[in-house]
Amino acid sequence: MRRNILVTAALVPALLWTVPASAEPLIYGLQVEQAERRFDDGSDLYAWDFDALVGTDELKVVWRSEAEYLTEGKQFETLENQLRLQKPISTFFDAVVGVRLDTPRGEDRAYGVVGVKGLAPQWFEIDADLYVGETSFVRIEAEYEGLITNRIILTPSVELDTPLGDDAELGVGAFAPKLELGARLSYDLLDRAVSPYIGAHYERRFGETADLARAEGEARDNLFFVVGTKMLF
Amino acid sequence: MAIATSFATGSLAGEYDITVDRITLETGDFSKTGIGYNGSSTPTVLRFKEGEEVTINVTNNLDEDTSIHWHGLILPYQQDGVPGISYEGIKSGETFTYRFPIVQSGTYWFHSHSGFQEPDGAYGAIVIEPKEREPFRFNREYVVQLTDAHPHSGDRIMRNLKLMPDYYNRQQRTLLDFLDDSRDRGLASALDDRSAWGEMRMMPTDVEDLQGFTPLINGMGPSQNWTGLFEPGERIRLRFINSSAMTYFDIRIPGLQMTVVQADGNNVQPVTVDELRIAVAETYDVIVRPTEDRAYTVFAESMGRTAFARGTLAPRSGMEAEVPDLREPPLLTMADMGMAHGEHGSMDQGAMGQGAMDHGSNQPTHTMPDSRVMQGMNHGTMDHSAMGHGTMGQSSGQPTHIMSDGSVMQGMDHGTMAAAPADPFYAPGSGLTPQAADGGKFLSYADLKAQKPLYEHRDATREIELRLTGNMERYIWSINGVKFSDAEPIRLQYGERVRFKFVNETMMTHPMHLHGMWSILDVGQGKWNPIKHVVSVAPGTTVFMETEVDAPGQWAFHCHLSYHADSGMFRKVVVEGGPVGKSADLDTTSNHATGG
Repeated sequence: MRRNILVTAALVPALLWTVPASAEPLIYGLQVEQAERRFDDGSDLYAWDFDALVGTDELKVVWRSEAEYLTEGKQFETLENQLRLQKPISTFFDAVVGVRLDTPRGEDRAYGVVGVKGLAPQWFEIDADLYVGETSFVRIEAEYEGLITNRIILTPSVELDTPLGDDAELGVGAFAPKLELGARLSYDLLDRAVSPYIGAHYERRFGETADLARAEGEARDNLFFVVGTKMLF
Repeated sequence: MAIATSFATGSLAGEYDITVDRITLETGDFSKTGIGYNGSSTPTVLRFKEGEEVTINVTNNLDEDTSIHWHGLILPYQQDGVPGISYEGIKSGETFTYRFPIVQSGTYWFHSHSGFQEPDGAYGAIVIEPKEREPFRFNREYVVQLTDAHPHSGDRIMRNLKLMPDYYNRQQRTLLDFLDDSRDRGLASALDDRSAWGEMRMMPTDVEDLQGFTPLINGMGPSQNWTGLFEPGERIRLRFINSSAMTYFDIRIPGLQMTVVQADGNNVQPVTVDELRIAVAETYDVIVRPTEDRAYTVFAESMGRTAFARGTLAPRSGMEAEVPDLREPPLLTMADMGMAHGEHGSMDQGAMGQGAMDHGSNQPTHTMPDSRVMQGMNHGTMDHSAMGHGTMGQSSGQPTHIMSDGSVMQGMDHGTMAAAPADPFYAPGSGLTPQAADGGKFLSYADLKAQKPLYEHRDATREIELRLTGNMERYIWSINGVKFSDAEPIRLQYGERVRFKFVNETMMTHPMHLHGMWSILDVGQGKWNPIKHVVSVAPGTTVFMETEVDAPGQWAFHCHLSYHADSGMFRKVVVEGGPVGKSADLDTTSNHATGG
């Protein structure tokens, strides 16, 4: 019920506000940051992270999806879908509002989202979001595109997910974050449209979140070797 | 050579037919479906005679609207061909008939003003023979129409730029460049430089938004080698037209000097140069005189040095001359940023001081001892001690020169200046200031003087400041911070003389084009200022032009870089008033036209 209200709350303004105020053509595209297979000892998984967007300079509607799908057991470890409205608030930053639905195997969760997204000095791409739900989260992501050459690009990334409360069903403890570090070395094979990469992905849980993982028989940290591709259409 | 569709021979009323068609463009590097005139990928050349009344029937064979704008022609506004401003455009399957008198002579061009049809190939050339004898002689002439054919469609390019503004920039600074810089200049200096640009989130390589194109001459790529024939000793008139969507070219013909006789269709006092930069949408007529029985390469490098157009002048077809290599790509300096964003302390290049960029309208113009003009330089606030870093000479202990206003210009080496004078149309210390490949003379706007003034010289009745603005990260371009879709028209009164002040606050060069009326570029020559239809404004500079407001109606006014115009660096100009019977029947149509 709560989820429906949230969806409606986001969709109505989305539909109203995307009527173009000028003759400028709609901007649309699909930006896939990650579409990869992560290899670990015995627990391989597929993962994706993409934004599909449509809108104008003034307002964009973004469908953001992130998922991890376990090859063994054929189930989603995480599956997040967000419907976000993105509006410029400064030269380099957009404000974001929206809803997020988590529907992995297990407990579903719904959140409202507010945040900022943009380009910080020294070319760091920043996403900082507050997710408000039964258990609220703060998530901060930063990414940097390091050009080795104009086509070979090393992209280090960091993501910190900090729950603001306990949620035993989700396996998280208040202020016990989950950290993800990545480094992906890509090659722009076809313009910017297809850029295959290899890299490493490291996850670590801290504090009570780590304890809860251990209680479930999971490791506190995982290091994956990844193979995948970035895409932009 | 380009073909003519029809000729007006002697009669004073010519009728011409143009069809707008889907064509296949073969560049030698790629082929794609484009838009062309009269079913050909070779640009159509229209030849008119001054004084002629032309009737041009344009038939749209596309499945979308089209339009033709007669670039640089002075005509009634309803004939200007800008959808949403002049008329409604030409629907699919329809024929629109343009009728207007030809009141000028020279080299011009025409192109679609609908969507991205022009970048997709919809352009041609216009050659107008004058009524009277021209003040220069030539034995034969060629149209040399340059463009930047891109494998992607214009729509796709625009969308990619909106998704990722550096989508087409493959000249960014890399780790390898950083290592080179560290070796050459030291790690601390290299880090400072990177962090200064990183702080601004801007790139010193932002010279060409669009890379990956194949430059064409008269529809032919470098490997297809357009060739113009000559007999040794002949004077050849080359009518250079830059019909690119986005690309400035630096043109030279190794082994030949070029005598510039016209700029944007108007006679200029001849100036002989080794190389010239042609902004998007400009035209330059030059005369060359090859005396040897050999081939010469017409070489046009893109300003960002990512590609070149190449053609040949030869006594016999099939001959070729050596094709030069592309030079090193330029890097923008802090001077090109107008110093608006950074701190002086962190900059070690082009440190002319912020004041030098702030060329107010009332700045004095200084004539140097060698009679070169230093326009609008604010000597009061210039950081003289840093001038050695610019193009004015490197060594210290230069003679001190006292300017006419009493200020002291230390460290200026006038001997060096005479050889390579600072170009007042580039910010002092700019990374974009052109230099001739072989150390010769490079044409500057400051060299252009009208052969015969079109207008009686008078003071401007008012000044309009237009700041050229943009947001590179979002790929939004604007004027005074407002993009076209949100902007009110610029209103002018018939009979006034308006002085436009362009302040380029962006880091890119913008070729500003006013439709319907002449743009008199202020190079400090008063009544001899050259008369143009495109005025290029380099980053970090302020440039003035004046317009005699003598054409009632509503006109387009925009940056001629297609994707800048389309994303907002565009204005409607409304000229109100005018003599009885001549004043336009203006409606209050709101802004809805775009296109470069």
